[in-house]
Amino acid sequence: MDRLDELEAQSIFIFREAFARLKKLALLWSLGKDSNVMIWLARKAFFGHVPFPVMHVDTGKKFPEMYAFRDRYAGEWGLDLIVEPCPPVEAVDPTLPPAARSAARKTEGLKLALAKHGFDGLFAGIRRDEEATRAKERVFSPRGLEGHWDVRDQPPEFWDHFNARLPRGAHLRVHPILHWTETDIWAYTRREGIPIIPLYLAKNGRRYRSLGDADITFPVPSQARSINEIIAELHATRTPERAGRAMDHEAEDSFERLRVAGYL
Amino acid sequence: MNAHAAAEVAIAPNPQVTAARPLVRIVIVGHVDHGKSTLIGRLLSETGSLPDGKLDELKAVSARRGMSFEWSFLLDALQTERDQGITIDTSQIRFRTPSRDFVLIDAPGHVEFQRNMVTGASQADAALLLVDVAEGVRTQTLRHAYLLHLLGIRQVAVAVNKMDCVAYNEDRFRKMEAEITARLIDFGLTPAAVIPISARHGDGVVERTSAIDWHRGPTVIEALDRFEPARPAAALPLRLPVQAVYRFDDRRIVAGRIQSGSIAVGDEIAVAPSGKRAVVRSIETWPSMDAEPLHAGAGQSVGITLDRELFIARGDLIARADNLTPSGRSLRAQIFWLHDSPLAAGTSLTVRVGTAETRGVITAIANAFDPGDHAVAKPDTLAQNQIGQNHAGEIEIALASAVAADAYADNPGTGRIVLDFGGRIAGGGLVLALIRESATVAGSDKASAAERPQARAARAAALDRALAGLNLAERLAGFRKALDGAIVFTTSFGLEDQIILHHICEAGLDVDVVTLDTGRLFPETYTTWEETEQRYGLRIRAVYPEQAALEELIAGQGINGFYRTREARIACCDIRKVEPLGRALSGAQGWITGLRADQSADRANINLVSVDRVHDLLKFNPLFDWSRQAAQDFAAAHAVPVNPLHQKGFLSIGCAPCTRAVRPGEPERAGRWWWEDGSKRECGLHIAAGAAR
Ligand SMILES: Nc1nc2c(ncn2[C@@H]2O[C@H](COP(=O)(O)OP(=O)(O)OP(=O)(O)O)[C@@H](O)[C@H]2O)c(=O)[nH]1
Ligand SMILES: [Mg+2]
Repeated sequence: MDRLDELEAQSIFIFREAFARLKKLALLWSLGKDSNVMIWLARKAFFGHVPFPVMHVDTGKKFPEMYAFRDRYAGEWGLDLIVEPCPPVEAVDPTLPPAARSAARKTEGLKLALAKHGFDGLFAGIRRDEEATRAKERVFSPRGLEGHWDVRDQPPEFWDHFNARLPRGAHLRVHPILHWTETDIWAYTRREGIPIIPLYLAKNGRRYRSLGDADITFPVPSQARSINEIIAELHATRTPERAGRAMDHEAEDSFERLRVAGYL
Repeated sequence: MNAHAAAEVAIAPNPQVTAARPLVRIVIVGHVDHGKSTLIGRLLSETGSLPDGKLDELKAVSARRGMSFEWSFLLDALQTERDQGITIDTSQIRFRTPSRDFVLIDAPGHVEFQRNMVTGASQADAALLLVDVAEGVRTQTLRHAYLLHLLGIRQVAVAVNKMDCVAYNEDRFRKMEAEITARLIDFGLTPAAVIPISARHGDGVVERTSAIDWHRGPTVIEALDRFEPARPAAALPLRLPVQAVYRFDDRRIVAGRIQSGSIAVGDEIAVAPSGKRAVVRSIETWPSMDAEPLHAGAGQSVGITLDRELFIARGDLIARADNLTPSGRSLRAQIFWLHDSPLAAGTSLTVRVGTAETRGVITAIANAFDPGDHAVAKPDTLAQNQIGQNHAGEIEIALASAVAADAYADNPGTGRIVLDFGGRIAGGGLVLALIRESATVAGSDKASAAERPQARAARAAALDRALAGLNLAERLAGFRKALDGAIVFTTSFGLEDQIILHHICEAGLDVDVVTLDTGRLFPETYTTWEETEQRYGLRIRAVYPEQAALEELIAGQGINGFYRTREARIACCDIRKVEPLGRALSGAQGWITGLRADQSADRANINLVSVDRVHDLLKFNPLFDWSRQAAQDFAAAHAVPVNPLHQKGFLSIGCAPCTRAVRPGEPERAGRWWWEDGSKRECGLHIAAGAAR
């Protein structure tokens, strides 16, 4: 088994554990490279099927390429797609800095969608190497009744045993690719031939490393016009992946506050 | 491995090569404030692994808090961690050397966050233990070291930190080296290196500075480079814990991850604990390949199909037929305990082994000790019959159902247990031995009853008193609140059951509603079942007899054989009701029933809350003091759906062939198994094991 095989085996194990232990699951599809890999892994775990709905909590501000991608592959991959809207920015905590406040709409949309569908588990495609508070996440991460993350009291999780018991009304975030890196995602995308949104490839000397809302996500300088070139560039670069995400950089604690309130 | 690593000198740009580079996970452990997070910050910085702008960010954060530069802020990203200057939760960060990729796992040293240390350390291949040379070996230094042993980590190096505080004095280092080496050897660990360092100033981390020129051993980075990644246990016998059985596209696929060994198409396998056998027909993959694989090995997540339809479920363990996994209903283990209430003999908890999960009761505790205690030689300083928080010890557990496991020494992957208590993982450790005797229910009950604490009985008595004065709705809510585990309500859709269900649904209580469908119920009962589901908008979980056992029973005694002898009747009750009940209640902490004391002489002595030793839970009879009349009045007033047979003189309704109407004035249960004499006419659901029925 090479490294990608090991990553894949662990992710499949996590998917199957969650499916066995939780009652009502959905997979959060942000349309980006990570959640596309996640869907691919779910299909591997369940032999071509995705036996739970795939939910896009839509801020309405994604790039047109992202909507086109969603509509095409929801059909081709046979997904049970749920699209849920986000409330307007006025409904969001006004003490947050502007970009973080804009991003927090997604948290609110997520809360509404949870209340509407009553999911007890959500698969989310976050990775430890993206950001320092994500590096402290559990694979099965319990959220309180309000969707809050209690970072001071995370349950122990060891070997491959996860905590899946919840009070009624609370939910679990399940993180099947927590242990992957950005390079792993690209190497696997290439090996498996997983389709990608062309915004990840360089055009006029810039490309998107991470895709979010069009108004608060910026392309980074790059010459990488193929996945091979992306991987080579990642080996050389020391720019962090989320450098182009405005909401991470407004204040020392802005991303932590977003996540504690229920952001991914 | 080393030959391979040495062959590569530069950071490889080719991702193909990257995939083949070894990846080693290393946890940094030790007492609070001994410098773990600082060392990681330093390592990342000196190997050029920090992202652009990170150093400036950390400087700014340190300055804003009025501190000189703090490396630990790199990993201590939470605001409360930075405010308090300690690590609270474990974190992971990547870095690379010319020969390897590393995941560094930072662990908190503070005693309050030991569960987070375990979380991080359990994922490591190797460990670096830090000791502050000025403070010396402390409680958490020792506890962490012992946990490494119990977590199965055998590659350990030690860094003696803050050498700058003792002016890099070699004698101080040698003393420390001797002490920590001796303590580790006591715990079954041999340090690969002991290194003098200053994490803050960088000595001995990447650079071998002149301040420690007397040191002959490796630097930290050199020591890390010598650690090996853990390999899947390919050489051990096949162990495949079953995660689930899927039915997709007409294939019945048994899914799981191979813990050890390998499996091939055509292999004869045996399933533990049932012992059933089958032959592997295929190994399934997606996307399907031109040639499906014929073989899969340790570490892989697989799906297999078998040549026959065995009853296999999550929790079973697949092995090769010529190398079975042992199974049993009790086991001994060496464990650590994280929960704040001590683990005592008699504690009931959930035991997990691989994918299996069952209730268990601690029947004995031996050699409880605090690994952090410098003077463990005096065992009488500790209560021997319990394991305190962050302590360790040896336990014996009686299990509600048989599980398959190996001794840790034979197979680490299937020789570990995890203990769930109060809805969370609370401890874990290594299986020392499985106790194989296939204890009968009555036998195992006797074994554990002796040790069962007064605590359980006292809790039942206290609840009994607390709930007695309340009305039905309050009783149910109170019982739900008092227990933190699952509660099962078994209903047969009788009058009393319907009233309880009505209250559960009205209050939206988190209770698992279950019925035992024996296959011989009255048509009216099925109608009532359906009507009830519609009225309350729920799906009731139905539990059925085990197919193979039922087929065998009918083959032996015939379809109505139960009329012939009392033994035949009891055999039928056992298979159709008693065994399914065991499954219905497995894992539950509480059981709600509709028993009333005035139903029969046998039931006159029931309580509101009592300990059920057979099912290892608290049994709750919230209607025990109701009269039939009160129940009827309530049902009528609230339009609760009732079984129409009640109108026709059937008071207690069970299986159709075994229930008849009773005459006015006859006892309520006179219509059950009416052809048998005597008053002991119970099916076995509601009596203690071993008692006559
Ligand atoms: N003088 C000196 N101070 C050090 C050295 N290493 C760390 N420190 C200081 O010791 C304090 C604790 O360091 P941390 O790295 O936070 O300790 P830790 O082991 O991660 O602590 P917890 O994670 O809370 O258990 C900080 O103020 C560091 O600056 C060293 O080599 N010399
Ligand atoms: Mg620390």
